[in-house]
Order: sequence, then structure tokens, then C-alpha cells
Amino acid sequence: MIKYLIQKEFLQIRRNAFLPRLIVAFPIVIMCLMPWVMNMEVKNIKVDVVDADRTASSERLVHRIEASRYFVFNGEKPSYQAALQDVEKGQADVVLVVPRGYGKALVTGQPPQMLIAANAVNGTKGSIGSAYMSQIVAAVPTAKVSVKNLYNPYQNYKLYMIPALFAIVMMLLTGFLPTLNIVGEKETGTIEQINVTPVSKWAFILAKLVPYWLIALFVVTVCLLLAWAVYGITCAGSVWLVYLLSMLLALFFSSFGLIVSNYSENMQQAIFVMWFFVVCILLLSGLFTPTRSMPSWAYLTTYVNPMHYFIDAIRTVFVRGGGFAAIAQQLLALAAISAVMGCWAVLSYKKNR
Amino acid sequence: MKLFLSFVIKEARHILRDRRTMLILFGMPVMLMLLFGFAITTDVRNVRTVVVTSQMDHLTRQATQRLAASEYFTLTATVSTPQQAERLIRQQQADMAIVFAPDFASKKSGLQLLVDGSDPNMAQQWAAYAQQTILSPLTAQRSALTTKLLYNPQMRSAYNFVPAIMGMLLMLVCAMMTSISIVREKERGTMEVLLVSPVRPLMVIIAKAVPYMVLAFVILLVILLMARYVLAVPLAGSIGWILLVSAIYILLALSLGLLISNVAQTQLVALLLSAMVLLMPVVMLSGMLFPVESMPQVLQWLSAVVPPRYYIDAMRKLMIMGVGIGEVFTDVMVLLAMTALFLTIALAKFNKRLE
Repeated sequence: MIKYLIQKEFLQIRRNAFLPRLIVAFPIVIMCLMPWVMNMEVKNIKVDVVDADRTASSERLVHRIEASRYFVFNGEKPSYQAALQDVEKGQADVVLVVPRGYGKALVTGQPPQMLIAANAVNGTKGSIGSAYMSQIVAAVPTAKVSVKNLYNPYQNYKLYMIPALFAIVMMLLTGFLPTLNIVGEKETGTIEQINVTPVSKWAFILAKLVPYWLIALFVVTVCLLLAWAVYGITCAGSVWLVYLLSMLLALFFSSFGLIVSNYSENMQQAIFVMWFFVVCILLLSGLFTPTRSMPSWAYLTTYVNPMHYFIDAIRTVFVRGGGFAAIAQQLLALAAISAVMGCWAVLSYKKNR
Repeated sequence: MKLFLSFVIKEARHILRDRRTMLILFGMPVMLMLLFGFAITTDVRNVRTVVVTSQMDHLTRQATQRLAASEYFTLTATVSTPQQAERLIRQQQADMAIVFAPDFASKKSGLQLLVDGSDPNMAQQWAAYAQQTILSPLTAQRSALTTKLLYNPQMRSAYNFVPAIMGMLLMLVCAMMTSISIVREKERGTMEVLLVSPVRPLMVIIAKAVPYMVLAFVILLVILLMARYVLAVPLAGSIGWILLVSAIYILLALSLGLLISNVAQTQLVALLLSAMVLLMPVVMLSGMLFPVESMPQVLQWLSAVVPPRYYIDAMRKLMIMGVGIGEVFTDVMVLLAMTALFLTIALAKFNKRLE
């Protein structure tokens, strides 16, 4: 019985003009486009310099700024006010004020009073920009401490973001499509026809979920291949763990999508409810910002957030090369949450309404 | 005129009847503001640190105590070799390790930081803070450096995100919901019924857009009130200009919604079109989450045709930096031009189609 239902689902997906193309094109477009976009690296910071000293030392400082790969030298301004106007117009991000007597102070060993003003509307940009500027100004090598960046020696943001992209693609494809599935059937009325058949709830829901798991498998494979082919980034750990994690996440999202569509009357409702939860889950998962930076009440929610376990685990496997032992806790949590969601999906489906 | 108003009231009743969507529409801005205001930050805290040293002498103990006392770091373990520390980091039981060379006390050098480099930005911040904490008494002050963070001295990420949330939600309500509503009528066949009424066809469509415009303004007010009173984001600029620029943006989003409803035949297509063509570029390319300057040139040009980019830019300047209308002149001009363009195309196409 269930074999025929699964067959029916696949036939319906294939018959739809739009869906197969979406399933193939979407991961490709996302993988090729998003790593370039999702780059939170701070660079091309525009600097205005207010030089009241005009000695050889201050000229050297300006040259150091021009030579730096983080900064773009925007020009010298006659006064701090003029430089601030540039910041207001958005033409400068950081202002450096060199006081008169800078050159003399360097020679005599006195500390010169400098001012760095950074536009901190974007807090990270302001903080990192002023930190880079302090390093250039200090010019004394803060030696004695060598810093080694593990796992990502070239500070490549793509390496950090690509596992996250797996999560986003899977979430969009295996989350929204099942939602639209049942609600679409409710709107066209074909759900009544299924309800009068002797098909059990389990068989019906299972048949709806299975095609999306297979789609998830396909999508993960495509993403892994593209990551290797386009960016030269491969998984540092075992690929089987990546697949296992992805299947568990697909189970969660497809069950969740079905739950939402079981409680919705039309497509617009289903999409909006799904969108709401997806945004919450995504923002609190540690994908964009680290979970450890959250206040404690927000950190409590990460204990029930499957996306958080997924992101942690997949970054451990993909970037850090961790093995099964490293992600055992996350696997258990993901499996438990997905199982609960699956049962809820079946129980919430009412045949006689 | 009364006829037109009765159509508007009909549309408003349709919208209000759908309780669940209403709930989400108002719950979404509230929830986003709360999340971005309080939960989403890149502050450095709770950095799990491991100390690697073969023996503890008084200098290493001093440095370790300074780290433990700092609010940024949490000491989790002390091990004797760097390899053990690296294993702890890989098992995700630590974020960073401080390695003291065996003769650290005598030479006062030989310090290494092993940082989990997965997240480059955070890794840099951790390393910088760690260096400051450990080395502060050891290096003399070479320059009195004052660092001033403008407009947002506490580096609260809410300042950056509130304009972005406005841009996204207004686009969502005006473009997506308007287009889905019009296409739903087309799909169900009730559009034919509307068209035989004595109102001009164009008026039917505009009557559909008006309630969503009102809704957008209400959501805008909710966001501004929450920003001011719950998140303590200062509305530094003049409210009048903020509302005016937002009104232009709402018109722009509405005309985009009308355009989409013209092109789409079914609800699913309208939904996917507005999601792919409108929401995705808004979230990715408008400078909302990811800085545009860090993107490759091609994407920077692409970002130039995304309307929300100019709106979010103008809002950041008006709301957070408190500048006058002069500085956002270019942004507003671009928005006006885009609105005029899309509105004329949408209305022209409608006149043709509805005949």
C-alpha cells in the first residue's frame, strides 16, 4: 500500500511544471551565489585622516594606512568636523586624528595623543575597524604572542559559511515544500478523497515524507560536489556523518512542515506560520552569530533548537574534522527532537474533520 | 468615491477575517525586534579557554588568574601539551588555548594562542582581547590612543538591524501579501465577479492595495515604537522625514506587488516569485545582514538595483546617525525614480490586461 502512495507522490512532483526545476536549480544557485554574499569579513574600510602635524613621521603613518589591505584611504581633511561630515554622508567609516607634535613625541618617547573615531552603527565593523587602526598606529609589534588559527588558517569565511548553507537549503526545500503539499491538497479538495480511503494515518504521512528525504539526500550530494568543484572546499571529517546529520534535519523539517500544514486552512496561512518559525529557529541557532554571545535566557532556547545542534555538529565535522564521538551528543538530541516531531505530525492529522 | 470606499472596506474585512495571518503579521515584527535587540549579538563572552603549561610558575599563574578574572574568558581546563588542547577544541569543549613555553618566566616570551579559527571574525576578537588581558602590565604604553565609537558607543546590534527589519517586513507585507491576494481572486474566479461591478477595473485593484498600505503603516509604527521604548534605540533624526521616506518605500513595494500579481497565474507562482525575486535579494544583497563592501564587484552592482538597499541605507542614516535630509538625498531620489517606474509599468499593464 505504502509503495503505491510513494509512487503517487513522486508522480505528482514530476507532473508539476515548476517543482522539479526548483529542486535542481535552487541548491545550485544558492551554493554558487551565497558564499560570495555571506561574507562578514570586515574590509575596504574607508579612512579619513586629519593630520595636524605634517611631518615625515605622520606622512609615514598615512603611507602605512594606504598600504594596509583592510583600509581604503579616502583623503586628508582639514578638521575633525569636516571628517565627521564625511562619516555622516557615508563616505568614510573611520577617522584618524594625528595631533600636532606627533613626530616630536615619537622621537622623545612620549606617548602622542591620537584619536580614532569609528562609525559603530554596525558594531562589529566599528570594533574591528578601530582595532586594525590601533594596530597600525601602535607600530610596535605586539610580539611575544604568536597566534595560530586552527582549522581555518587563511581566515576564509566561506569555509565557515558553507556548512551553514547546507542547513539553509535543506530547510527551505524540505520544510516549505511538504507544507505547501498538504495545504495545496486541502485547497483543491483532493484531501477529502484520501480521507475516505482505508489508508492509515501512518502510511499516509510516511508516504508524504519519504520523497522529501530522498530529495534531501540528492540536495546534500549536489551541495558537497559544488563545494568541492567551485570553492575547493572539502569536508575535513567523515562525509557519512554529514549525510546522517542532514537526514535527521530533513526528518525534523518535513515533519514540522506537515504539522504546520495540518493546522492551516490555506496556503498563505501555512507559509506565514512556517516563515515565522523558520526565522526564529534560524536566528537563534548560531548560524549567523555565536550562541555563546547570547544572554542566558536566550541560550536556554538553544537546548530545544534542532538547528543549533545541526550547525554545531556539521561545523565540527566539516571544518574541524571531528569524529562520531565529538558529535554524539548533538546526534542524540537531533534524533530525539525529530522523532517527537514525526509522531506529532502523524497524531495531528485528522481524517474526519 | 463612496463606491471605492466600500470596496476598500470589503478588502479590509477579508484581511481581518484571517486571524492567524494577522497574528503572524504583528507577531513577526515584535519577535524580530526582541530577538535582534536582545539575543543576537557578536559580543565576546564565555570564551572557553584551556591553559597549556608543563609547570605553573608565578608568572604563568598571574597570567592565568588575570584570564580567569576577566569577564570574557572562562577557564575550563589545564593540560600539559598543545596536542591535548587541540583535541579539546576539536571536540568542541574549548574555543581557545593559551600555550606557555617552558621558560616563560625567565624569558618573558614564548606565548602562543591556539584559536578555533572556524569563525574568523570571532577568532580575531578573541585573540585581540586575550592579548590585551595577558600583556597589559608587560608592555609599556607607547601611545595614548583614544578610541571613540560614533553613534553607537555600546555597539548594540539593534541599531544596525532595526532599519533592516523595517525594510524586510514592509516589502513582505506590501509586495507579497498584495500580490497573493490579487492572484487568489484570479485563481478562484471571483475576479470576474468584481469586474462586472460598476467600478472601473483599475479602481478594483487599487482598492485591494489600500488596506495593505494602511497595514504597512501600522506595522511601521509598531516597529518604531518598539525600537524607541523597548530597545532604547534613539530616533535621532526627524520623525517627519522618516515617515516620508517610508511612505515612498511602501508605494514602491506596493507597485512591485501589483507587477507580480500581473505576471503570476496561480498563488504558488506569486508566492515563489515574491520570495525568490524580492525577499531573497532583500535579505542577501541589501546590506541588511552582510556588508555590501565585502562582496565581489558583480554582486555589488547587482545590489545597486535592489530597492531596499537604498531604503535601509537612508533609514540607518536618518534614524541612527540623525542626519538631515541632505545626506540621504541620493537614496531618496533613487527610491522616487524606482517607484515612478514600477508604478507606471504596473498600472499600464493592468489597463491592458483587464480589458
